[in-house]
Amino acid sequence: MAEIKTQVPVVDENGVKGQFIPKRDTKKVIIADEADTKVKTKMESKDIPFFILLIVLACVFIAPILLVLMNSFKGKLFLSNAPFAFPDGDSFVGFDNYTEGAEKIGFFGAFLTSVFITVFSVALIIVCTSMCAWFIVRVKKWYSQLLYLLCAFSMIVPFQMVMYPMTQVASNLKLNNMVGIIFVYLGFGAGLAVFMFVGFIKGVPLEIEEAAMIDGCGPVRTFFLVVFPILKPTAITVAILNAMWIWNDYLLPYLLLGASETRTLPMAIQYLRGGYGSIDMANMMAMIVLSIIPIVIFYLACQKYIIKGIVAGAVKG
Amino acid sequence: MQKAIKRWFPLFVLPTVVAFIISFIAPFIMGIYLSFTKFKTVSNAKWVGISNYTKAFQDSDFVNALWFTVKFTIVSVITINVIAFLLALLLTKSIKGTNLFRTIFFMPNLIGGIVLGYIWLMIINGVLSYFDVSITYDASYGFWGLVILMNWQLIGYMMIIYIAGIQNVSPDLLEAADIDGATNFQKLIKITVPQVMPSITICTFLTLTNSFKLFDQNLALTAGAPGTETQMLALDIYNTFYGRVDYQGVGQAKAVVFFIIVAVIALTQLYLTRSKEVES
Repeated sequence: MAEIKTQVPVVDENGVKGQFIPKRDTKKVIIADEADTKVKTKMESKDIPFFILLIVLACVFIAPILLVLMNSFKGKLFLSNAPFAFPDGDSFVGFDNYTEGAEKIGFFGAFLTSVFITVFSVALIIVCTSMCAWFIVRVKKWYSQLLYLLCAFSMIVPFQMVMYPMTQVASNLKLNNMVGIIFVYLGFGAGLAVFMFVGFIKGVPLEIEEAAMIDGCGPVRTFFLVVFPILKPTAITVAILNAMWIWNDYLLPYLLLGASETRTLPMAIQYLRGGYGSIDMANMMAMIVLSIIPIVIFYLACQKYIIKGIVAGAVKG
Repeated sequence: MQKAIKRWFPLFVLPTVVAFIISFIAPFIMGIYLSFTKFKTVSNAKWVGISNYTKAFQDSDFVNALWFTVKFTIVSVITINVIAFLLALLLTKSIKGTNLFRTIFFMPNLIGGIVLGYIWLMIINGVLSYFDVSITYDASYGFWGLVILMNWQLIGYMMIIYIAGIQNVSPDLLEAADIDGATNFQKLIKITVPQVMPSITICTFLTLTNSFKLFDQNLALTAGAPGTETQMLALDIYNTFYGRVDYQGVGQAKAVVFFIIVAVIALTQLYLTRSKEVES
């Protein structure tokens, strides 16, 4: 795992140049906004074929989503017969698929469950792991080092390895409910989050904290008033990576909540696959549209942060 | 100062550590122990030595899944990285609307595996319906379906990382090469590729581990059909645990093997590509 350590990227958007860059970090990943300025540059004529190629590719990338949208308005029969035809007089069923599907899988309940679990898990992960990472960096003891290595190690362990025992432990401890699962997510998210926070905090100069302590701040106030604001860029990255993961996660909530009536969005979608593998594709299309809309809105609203977060978080194993 | 912080150990470290132990450390250790036992619940395990491992390798489903996963991983790692790199090259040229293209190419990545699986199930079955078959007709349909799905999902993500890498290539080097009369292709091979090696390391690592550990997409797209022919390792392990009676021990043994393979692949790959990186 030592190999990964040298790759801690630097996200430094507050213009605090150099100061917080970890010293051992030799390869900087520049999170460039350069592309933004390029838009205005004039295109050369030899680049026009490439431009056309890109447009074609963009259409190919968007097509699946448009197909889903189109088919969500078609009746069941027409979907399997002619999936690529536009809905016409016969096949058009309006919003029937939406109302029917939403009722069948309890879409809005599932949506709220997903929002609840994602928001609180991400918040808990940010607060707890950043505190833990600060402790690991500032208290140089064997157990801090051990904890750090275990966190890094946990990133390469596939979920199936711990799946069965974890499910049993969680149900013995009564963590198999909407609140308990948040705590389980803290455990699974800890590896990457601690790893990223430690990488950043190592570059934060000790002097600032010492000054705060001398002025009479206890460790708790020092952390929340002085250190935490500095961690903001990394916190955003960690939040985005974890939010994407938890929102889309299927297996963990299925194992912990499957026995109860509580469903997250991915579980609700999977619920449309019937017992014998039969799938109501018309309802499915409508539910997929409904579940994609919030993601698209979220993406368009925080696109800048998401793309920065992806580049910065590319260390994840 | 260290002493002052240390006194706050319960507040700063305990929540994370307790959660980490409950959901990762303890299950991991139990998992290794349980793979040598026969058990139904974790409390009534009976030691059986390595018989779970021999059973796992005698299981044709497991061997088949392993083989399918390896083939899938090789194909998707190559296609995803080549296409993503080419796209990144295109998008770092002075072309209009690079931002819009970047936005579009990245979007599929935000959609979850289950939903992705059903989107492509509809499309692939739609195409195949013109030939009067469906995706469960032949294992190779499922295979290529998964490859296409994975490409659609991950190309944008890898492209973003490659773009960051390419923008980081020193313009001085490229200018020097221009003066020496290097062709565009020479510049690409001799300068750009070695300079973006860190990005290549990260991207191969991510595609490799993501393809190998694929579960949701596999479950939604084919669920292993026809039969168990398109079942990948993660799904096979899941089905061994929850689909068969008295096979939990074997499932856990399979999971340990799976973990070892993933760890070995990840570490070797990091070591190999790291050694090719140039110091900038």
